[in-house]
Amino acid sequence: MLEYLFRRLLSAVFAIWVVITVTFIIMHAIPGGPFQRDKVIPEAIRKNIEARYKLDQPLLVQYRDYLGNLVRGDLGPSFRYRGQTVNGIIEARFPVSMQLGLTAFAIAIILGVSAGILAALYQGRFLDYLTMSFSTVGVAVPSFILGTLLMYFLSSKFKLLPSAQWGTPLHVIMPAIALAGLPTAFIARLTRSSMIDVLSQDYMKTAVAKGLPRWRVVWLHAVKNAIIPVITYAGPLLAGIITGTFVVENIFAVPGLGKHFVISIYNRDYTVILGLTAFYSVFLIGLNVAVDIAYTLIDPRIKLTARKE
Amino acid sequence: MALSPELFKPLGKIETQADIVRPSITYWQDAWRRLKKNPLAMASLIFITFLLLAAIIGPFLSPYSYSDQNFDRANLGPCWAHPLGTDGLGRDQLVRVMYGARISLAVGFVAATTTFIIGVIFGGIAGLAGGWIDNIMMRFVDIMYSVPFLLWVIMLAVLLRELSSQRGGASGSGVNLFSIFLALSLVYWLPMARIVRGQILSLKEQEFILAARTIGASPNKILLQHLIPNAMGPIIVTATISIPEAIFTEAFLSFIGLGVSAPMASWGMLASDALTALKSYPHLLLFPGIAICITLLAFNFLGDGLRDALDPRMRK
Repeated sequence: MLEYLFRRLLSAVFAIWVVITVTFIIMHAIPGGPFQRDKVIPEAIRKNIEARYKLDQPLLVQYRDYLGNLVRGDLGPSFRYRGQTVNGIIEARFPVSMQLGLTAFAIAIILGVSAGILAALYQGRFLDYLTMSFSTVGVAVPSFILGTLLMYFLSSKFKLLPSAQWGTPLHVIMPAIALAGLPTAFIARLTRSSMIDVLSQDYMKTAVAKGLPRWRVVWLHAVKNAIIPVITYAGPLLAGIITGTFVVENIFAVPGLGKHFVISIYNRDYTVILGLTAFYSVFLIGLNVAVDIAYTLIDPRIKLTARKE
Repeated sequence: MALSPELFKPLGKIETQADIVRPSITYWQDAWRRLKKNPLAMASLIFITFLLLAAIIGPFLSPYSYSDQNFDRANLGPCWAHPLGTDGLGRDQLVRVMYGARISLAVGFVAATTTFIIGVIFGGIAGLAGGWIDNIMMRFVDIMYSVPFLLWVIMLAVLLRELSSQRGGASGSGVNLFSIFLALSLVYWLPMARIVRGQILSLKEQEFILAARTIGASPNKILLQHLIPNAMGPIIVTATISIPEAIFTEAFLSFIGLGVSAPMASWGMLASDALTALKSYPHLLLFPGIAICITLLAFNFLGDGLRDALDPRMRK
């Protein structure tokens, strides 16, 4: 157990290091540096700016400093907005994205799992066909299409919900649904097929045969086992939700980290782009490790020493 | 029951034997037969063919070009002259959607092809070599996998955009099509490499490979003539599944401003443009949106159908 944990953490740290090194290389592979852009600036001023941000140092020294700062959790300054740091941007905006992401996550899990369970229990009947047609179509609707459609119908046409901005619980609804749409559809399909598989197992017959009430059979014997593939999907699900915030926050003008990420792409604010990429990677790799560990706690059949394939 | 002697007569040389023998069919014929029985997959195949024709021929048949602006006819709703209406610059929406189909399909097919080539070579070498080479190659894939593909693609697209605008290209916010191809190709081969390696690992222990080795076939020949053809089913399925993913990613990139540069039109970009005037001109979102959804759906159905037809073991 401990050995596995150690190996898993070690590989996660290694992966994070690779991502950070690649982002660093990409940042420095951009010719001309971050300050040679819109207008020509005098040589002396450029030299001064480069000295200010230590861009005149040898590349290896810059790399060492960058890594050193990262270890201390400092992602550096924004090259575009004077006085702002990447850390400051994350602190101000990540909680908003987090709130949106967690709401979407909860919607996707609750709605997806219950739709999947219902479809499996009523397999081949109307309810099954209904949920499965919804989820088949749902897998093919990108979040930006769903988001704009919601906005058109719910706020422009029927004026039920505010179309943009942030602050009240009402503002969370539409972006969260747009973000949750695709994962909900996917989870519903995943739960259904896993549930059907479990329902045909012999231990289900045993449970029915010994006269357990139906709710007990369904909840304690079937759902508990059928939910495992959904937990494995938690890693990709979070990745999808986080990258989804890039567009959804833009559509609904939510002042979150995803919107800022896109703004920094427009603005060519490299340190922010790469700092945020590093931040997202660390966050997701860390979460994946957590999911791996949590998952062995939930299902004792999975041995930690087994190599993941 | 009375038993008559006739019941115990021999049946004569069996002529029924000949009827039982069916013509032997190859793996591909069998797969095609199974695919034909799948109505959703066939409908998708027909739709995709139709879409391909519309994308290739459509823009030539239209009296307008995708970049023709006509301010007198801006923001028209669907009418006879412009079946899907016009956008804010008076450009014909039908031609732009067909042109967008060209870009989306090109992105999909190029991604599938490069995925196929890189993934098969990489996974093939790792699987055949085994040992520490395999270990190193697959750890590399694992590390790439631990970061969401979209983040890699965004980083590469940012880098390629800067490189191409430095080289004196258009300095708009867009990227040229080649950069998108490259960014997608550099990332989307990862699942393919894993699948191919897994297939090769199980295939290479089989007797026909031993036989090939015994008669002195080179590793190259073993890989290309014996291993890859036998792993073709899963390979084709994986390549087909990568097409909608690539189309989706391109639409996503266009939507956040890392897609093709104006006046070129891709579906993601059309949808993103429509957002600014959503309240007044919702039809501008409707048609590219429907196009994206139906195309993704068709490729998903085709992928599922191919999986069932080519590789019944992968069936969920």
